[in-house]
Amino acid sequence: MIEKALSGSRNYQIWIVILLTIIGAGVGLFVYQTIEGLGVTGMGRDITWGIYISQFTFLVGVAAAAVMVVLPYYLHNYKQFGPITVFGEFMAVGTVVMCQLFIFVDMGQPMRVLNVILHPTFNSVMFWDMTVLCGYLGLNLVIGWIMLSSEHKDTEPPKWIKPFVYLSIPWAVSIHTVTAFLYSGLPGRHYWLTAILAPRFLASAFAAGPALLIILLLIVRKVSKFDPGKEAIQTLAKIVTYAMILNVFFMLLEVFTAFYSNIPGHMHALEYLFVGLHGKSALVPFMWFAAILAFGGIFFMLFPSIRANEKYLAILCGVIFMACWIDKGLGLILGGFVPTPLHDVVEYTPTFVELMISLSIYAIGALIVTLLYKIAIGVKEERIYD
Amino acid sequence: MDKGRRKFLKVAGAAAILLGSKPAVNAIASGGEEEHSTAKKRDVRYAMVIDTRICLQHEDCHDCENACHFNHNVPKIDGKKEEIKWIWRDKYENVFTDQQHDYTIERLKGKPFVTLCNHCDDPPCVRVCPTQATYQLDNGIVTMDMHRCIGCRFCMAACPYGSRSFNWSDPRPNIEKQNPDYPTRTRGVVEKCNFCVERVTIGKKPHCELACKHGAIVTGDLTKKDSAIRKLLAENQVIRRKPTLGTNPEVYYII
Amino acid sequence: MYDSGKVITGIVAFILFVSFPFWHNVAFGLPEGAPDLPRVEGQAHCVADLEFMKANHMDLLNTWRDEVVREGDRIYTSPIDGTKYHKSLTNECLGCHKSNEEFCQKCHDYAGVEVYCWDCHLAERRGK
Repeated sequence: MIEKALSGSRNYQIWIVILLTIIGAGVGLFVYQTIEGLGVTGMGRDITWGIYISQFTFLVGVAAAAVMVVLPYYLHNYKQFGPITVFGEFMAVGTVVMCQLFIFVDMGQPMRVLNVILHPTFNSVMFWDMTVLCGYLGLNLVIGWIMLSSEHKDTEPPKWIKPFVYLSIPWAVSIHTVTAFLYSGLPGRHYWLTAILAPRFLASAFAAGPALLIILLLIVRKVSKFDPGKEAIQTLAKIVTYAMILNVFFMLLEVFTAFYSNIPGHMHALEYLFVGLHGKSALVPFMWFAAILAFGGIFFMLFPSIRANEKYLAILCGVIFMACWIDKGLGLILGGFVPTPLHDVVEYTPTFVELMISLSIYAIGALIVTLLYKIAIGVKEERIYD
Repeated sequence: MDKGRRKFLKVAGAAAILLGSKPAVNAIASGGEEEHSTAKKRDVRYAMVIDTRICLQHEDCHDCENACHFNHNVPKIDGKKEEIKWIWRDKYENVFTDQQHDYTIERLKGKPFVTLCNHCDDPPCVRVCPTQATYQLDNGIVTMDMHRCIGCRFCMAACPYGSRSFNWSDPRPNIEKQNPDYPTRTRGVVEKCNFCVERVTIGKKPHCELACKHGAIVTGDLTKKDSAIRKLLAENQVIRRKPTLGTNPEVYYII
Repeated sequence: MYDSGKVITGIVAFILFVSFPFWHNVAFGLPEGAPDLPRVEGQAHCVADLEFMKANHMDLLNTWRDEVVREGDRIYTSPIDGTKYHKSLTNECLGCHKSNEEFCQKCHDYAGVEVYCWDCHLAERRGK
């Protein structure tokens, strides 16, 4: 089946070349970063995690969203999701690889990362995070490939794949719960020290992930003869809507607890993000923009007639994806470090090197998704002609 | 099922619940009866007392900082972004963030207080380290194995006190005068005060304690009832940084 | 298998290529220029015997590291004659072998194995 990714239209080839160019630039800059040290990024003693870890956190959620197509189809026989589960699983593969790459480029001593396996530390959430991410990657790769392969050969999938499919469902929830545990167990970071962090993560994951999947499926329909199915997309849109409502609701719950209790530790991070703290307010415009996007996105998604119009749906999915991205990719991690344990407010600005390396990791994810989707489309197009 | 068997099962079930409930209730509801100590049982427990009344009489003194940083080849880097510090002075309001109010006594307000790694009895940094590069010795000292650190900086996120620094670039160009008796670090690893573990475990005192000519810093073993540090704790009221977080910091400040 | 001749030839070539470092010295003998390390004056032997140190000095250093850093065990007893040494790269090893360039680097350059100990450990002893 791999040969299906090796040939394609002119546009396909140009897209691949663009991605490879960006990746090449990123690799070069990563070598520079490894030699010079992480000081070439915008991180510092007080903001020790920046864009790399925030993108990892956001993308783990997007990866987990594959469960939103797998669960209805394999557990509840929702036939409309049958044709598209493999697209969800392959999107998960691309996103999990991006997560692992973002972690890798953030390490001060990347050549030593195998120490996490050589010296397993069961009390460390990061050890478990590595485990569940690698497991999830393996699961989705195997399941997606086997299912696609069976479709290609026009046979039933082998029986032994079923337990893996069932395992991938709680596993998807676990990857994002464990990632939330990285943050929600730290006693000194009051923005993160909340039980609702894991539910918040999951809600925003199940909003952003299916939103991205919808956009990808609409692209698939445009560039190929495979039609994911209007009803499948509409159901995904409903999932996005409800998940986003929950996400915003959970955020408002946080706001209530912080400001009704008036406890400074709870309030400070939210103040920094939404009004500024000690005169520092770099993230304020981003957070309000995200709020407008979130509420606007939800409002318009509530109308079935708007959801049914796939042009508007694509825009709204982009809006919701962007809102989740700002909330998790910018607000969550950077807000957690403000104020510092000594109650200073230090701001963080990513450097060009950091942004370019991040972009190249996104390009790697896009490349993986492109190649895997090309194979999947190839298989499904053959079946249309049969 | 015939009536006799059903009845037997009902009686057996009720009996099991009745007999099993007392031990279960005892197990769950037994809290509050014994003496509740938060400390782990150790044969040796190093700790530090800082008498800030002495320290505040010498507001321009940096002896402890200089001694520590020279002896451990800690580089001098300007700017909050990349600086590395094992022990330093910060304002009262920053060191004791939960002691804020509008009427702080003048002799403390805005004054410099020495701060460093607290070598907590329940250190969150040790809990989170994925490779045990940061670990706690039996004597309570939280120290690091620089060979194993992968530079993930999870410990820095976990530390509630901001005691840890990261080598964002090669530190050697920024070491003013190298001490040949102690290694440097390389870029990409975290570092912090190690309680002079290389000295303390062979019976010597930490550099900061020796450097303070006025005796403001006293270290010792809390398990020895007649140690100098136990005497200080018995005779003076002390506070610790962020005591409600469950970390059990072992640096005590006499205010 | 289609094209089995080409495929099997390719696989064999690949395995030979990838395992080159392992069989090259056996097949062609060691390259010229093997270094002659300076003997330490006044010392009959190292902390352990020569053959052991040649093969295992890195293992020994790793063991020392874990024992010192994690267990506080700083004294090594030599298996040759029971002499006690401090487990210290800069102070003990360099104390006799004097210099990274003259000693460690000579063999390591020949073998092509990078020595990164000195990224952290100081290569100059006190009083040099």
